[in-house]
Amino acid sequence: MSALEEALPASPPRAAFGKLLACEARLAWREPIGLVYGLAIPVVLLVVFGAIPSAHKHEAQLGGLTVFAVYVPILIAFCIGMLALFSLPRALVTYRELGILRRLSTTPLPPSWVLAAQVAINFVLALWALIILVVVGVAAFGAAAPKSPAGFVLAFLLSVAALFAMGLWVAAVARSASAANVMAGALFFPLIFFAGLWYPQQYMPAALRDVGQLTPLGASVQALQSASQGHFPPAGSLLVMAAYAVVFALLAWRSFRWE
Amino acid sequence: MDRQASTKESGTATDAKAGGEAGPALVVEHLRKTYPGTVAVDDVSFTVAEGEIFGILGPNGAGKTTTVECVIGLRTPDSGTIRIMAFDPRVDRAQVHAIVGAQLQTSALQPKLRVAEILDLYRSFYRDPADVGELLDALGLREKRSAYYKSLSGGQKQRLSLALALVGRPKIAVLDEMTTGLDPQARRDTWDLIESVRDRGVTVVLVTHYMDEAERLCDRVALVDEGRIVALDTPTALAEQAGGGKRVRFVPSQPFGDRLLTELPEVTSLERRGHHVLVNGTGDLVNTVILTLAGAGVTANEVDVQSATLEDAFVKLTGRHLHEGDEVTAG
Repeated sequence: MSALEEALPASPPRAAFGKLLACEARLAWREPIGLVYGLAIPVVLLVVFGAIPSAHKHEAQLGGLTVFAVYVPILIAFCIGMLALFSLPRALVTYRELGILRRLSTTPLPPSWVLAAQVAINFVLALWALIILVVVGVAAFGAAAPKSPAGFVLAFLLSVAALFAMGLWVAAVARSASAANVMAGALFFPLIFFAGLWYPQQYMPAALRDVGQLTPLGASVQALQSASQGHFPPAGSLLVMAAYAVVFALLAWRSFRWE
Repeated sequence: MDRQASTKESGTATDAKAGGEAGPALVVEHLRKTYPGTVAVDDVSFTVAEGEIFGILGPNGAGKTTTVECVIGLRTPDSGTIRIMAFDPRVDRAQVHAIVGAQLQTSALQPKLRVAEILDLYRSFYRDPADVGELLDALGLREKRSAYYKSLSGGQKQRLSLALALVGRPKIAVLDEMTTGLDPQARRDTWDLIESVRDRGVTVVLVTHYMDEAERLCDRVALVDEGRIVALDTPTALAEQAGGGKRVRFVPSQPFGDRLLTELPEVTSLERRGHHVLVNGTGDLVNTVILTLAGAGVTANEVDVQSATLEDAFVKLTGRHLHEGDEVTAG
């Protein structure tokens, strides 16, 4: 190392991020909130739907789709919502509440790396959820693979961006882990209703569906479903998700406190 | 262990200073920090030389923690300047955090990470870190290396916290109440460790409300009360400032009148606590007291002699005890 480099700001070695990721991955395994709610429950629901024979009947009201085919995108949205609103803020708020962020802020580690590691871990979980749901749906229950893969991936990424931004906003404003849970619940259940978990969008009255498509998970399911059927997702749904991503990222940025 | 105890006298501070003509490790000038309703730190100034163990001693709420939190950049002072090796903790955060190892009072670690994992993680934040194995041994944590943080006892958490303050091989270690919650043996081991760390040239800023800790470890001590430094000197000089007095404590074999002793020129005051008698004075106090008592047919039992301490200095300077109601045993 040159003398000049020694005199320059002592940012932590790159390897620190790898170590941080490894620790966060261990914690995700040891406290498997994200694994259970974001991954295991949706997969179980998928298997339950898959096992119901009537879920594989083509329904005229669903535009000729089966209930099962309609639910795969809904369960993907469920995973993203759970990971984004419960798992992601929980870790960050707990770290702040316990003083872990405070301790870290006396080291050369930039606090933003902690945030980045949390986002990365939950993104990987969401990606697993996507792959497992699609693969199990196709391989075990004969669902059709997404007919517009590019549109499907784009819809997935925008859904993650919108919901993770909301999760970071929860992490920014919640003062305790229990407050974060309450906020997450207050957001998640209405959003997953509009996504169609209890009542697919196709069954909703037109007015309700229109409102739903302005919500991030409603738009997400709309985009994922049309990509599954081979259409590029409607611009409206992509714009809705992008707007949520930008607005909540800004809100989170402005209100985030490390202590 | 005994070998370690003698290093303080054998001039390690001068050795460390002889190493280079670098400036002071830490300069604090006119530091002031208020919270709504209170002035936590009021015009505090001090300078810590490289290789020094500098103590900040005072009762709870005196502003010790606020001072060091400003020093390590966790809090923004209302006014005043702080320079750590010429860096400003508010401007040069990265440099300051790379050369300062901090142990905080109010901080925790991930409950479900193991001791070795935490050390390995924190080690990765620094360019030239210490050896994890050595630290585990020095702090008696080797057999706990695979334990979850949440399963550690208070003392073990405290020792891990100290290990994390040292794992980056800091130039300055800022330790806030490092031995709180440790058992006596662990405290002595920790003191030995701090001395060996200083012997390697590390500057130590030690916040404590333990007198024995400050007397044993510190080259200089700032006595802090109500946000101000009331005195700053070596522990010995501070104790001498308090009058250089001595104190004899004993249990008399039979009752005697106070005046028997208070009329002696060597005796300045007499105090009775339960069946103990405490006599403060100067000169050849011990012999005079015992001989006078013997002359009156009184035997002094359980005789305990103390020289003036930092506690006395503190009481003299502030009119208050360092920790009211707290048992203080001089080391």
